[in-house]
Amino acid sequence: MRITVNGEAREVEADVRTTLLDLLREHLGLTGAKKGCDHGQCGACTVLVDGRRINACLSLAVMHEGDEVVTIEGLGTPDHLSPLQAAFLHHDGFQCGYCTPGQICSATAMLDEVAQGWPSHVSDDLDHVVLDDMEIRERMSGNICRCSAYPTIVAAIREVAEADGALAEAAE
Amino acid sequence: MKPFDYARAETVDEALAAGASGGRYIAGGTNLIDLMKLQVDTPGKLVDISRLALDGVEEIDGGGVRIGALVPNSDLAAHPLIRAHYPMLSRAVLAGASAQLRNKASTAGNLLQRTRCYYFYETAAACNKREPGSGCDAIGGFNRIHAVLGASASCIATHPSDMAVALRALDAVVVTALPDGAERRIALGDLYRLPGDTPEIETNLQPGELIVAIELPAPPPGRQLYRKVRDRASYAFALVSIAAVVAVEDDVITSARLAFGGLAPMPWRSAEAEAALVGKAAGTEAFEAAADALLKDARGYGHNDFKIVLARRTLIACLRDLTA
Repeated sequence: MRITVNGEAREVEADVRTTLLDLLREHLGLTGAKKGCDHGQCGACTVLVDGRRINACLSLAVMHEGDEVVTIEGLGTPDHLSPLQAAFLHHDGFQCGYCTPGQICSATAMLDEVAQGWPSHVSDDLDHVVLDDMEIRERMSGNICRCSAYPTIVAAIREVAEADGALAEAAE
Repeated sequence: MKPFDYARAETVDEALAAGASGGRYIAGGTNLIDLMKLQVDTPGKLVDISRLALDGVEEIDGGGVRIGALVPNSDLAAHPLIRAHYPMLSRAVLAGASAQLRNKASTAGNLLQRTRCYYFYETAAACNKREPGSGCDAIGGFNRIHAVLGASASCIATHPSDMAVALRALDAVVVTALPDGAERRIALGDLYRLPGDTPEIETNLQPGELIVAIELPAPPPGRQLYRKVRDRASYAFALVSIAAVVAVEDDVITSARLAFGGLAPMPWRSAEAEAALVGKAAGTEAFEAAADALLKDARGYGHNDFKIVLARRTLIACLRDLTA
């Protein structure tokens, strides 16, 4: 199958049972996305497919023929961190770090969802989203942190959102 | 995962042909792949329908909307037509799962997701739904999340969807394509079957029948609400959820639609509870009568007895808020 990963066109052969997560980790050597629960409950495997965050463990690789996948390795490098990567470092948004790639991929897409005006369960007004801490927590609830670094994860995301102007008011 | 064959359908006709020869449809796969990993479900052939052009939301004659079967849950919740005219549907979708799962899960797949009964997922346990005739370990087991309405001696599992509860209150119609290509229209309430002594048969869909769309009639009069009570504030299934649309004129309830999640093997609608409200003054007496009507046949199984009280209180609170 053909798949674009972090901007690079790849050709891979894999059993149809292979999940997108196993394709990335075992076939392409991209071990940033983590296997936590392998059942879509923890979010450690979160990657972006065509710009949207999904659980890579609950998706068959063969169903992503021709898709564009971005993993944590594609968001930034140690020398050129993405804004969220830098903010997680600055705020110490992790302890063991296992959930962090999923948290950062998830947050990257989440800020984009807010920019598109998508409401959440805690939005008072479905047509007017204000990204406060409650919104960040609700929108990130698919990413579990066993070390419970949640306060600093929220702080890191808030910093980037504020820099983007998303905190003040999302696009209608 | 057991080995399976895989085919990608480019058109509805291709999908139907593959479905007619025993293929199982997969779109988002967020529930099916999990079940396949656990070998609770072991399809021999998957038909990938995720690329079919069934992903639009459009207005239809009469003021309703037609929702393509493959519209992701995220897009459904955020769609301007749904937000504007069916806010309870947006609310219900947003109350379910996580953002990652809503991005992947399809509208039809959400309707057809399987129960989250622990014993259904545990292949060492007895489960009539997974293995007909093996028994039900939930009855007499840990049944805190299980049904208090519509269950049977064979199965007390609940349907887990939030979205389906709102759709039930909104009188949704499921539009399907039969294997010969003919269209069939099924009221959402008629899509599902109660467990009886065949809990393994959950819907009235025929083998190979493909859901292509969900249609909603024009929104009913009144205020809409979706309320979900659960163990965590986010990313948890409902213990009790209520989708309600209630209209009031001069303090008298003129129409009411009530659907319930977390209580039954299917998204539950109570015509008796609705009838107990219509024509009555909006107030505690009518609200309590509606709760009595809803729960007159309710039965707990021990750990889930609290749901009967919780459903009653949640319904009364919702009605109070909607008519305030």
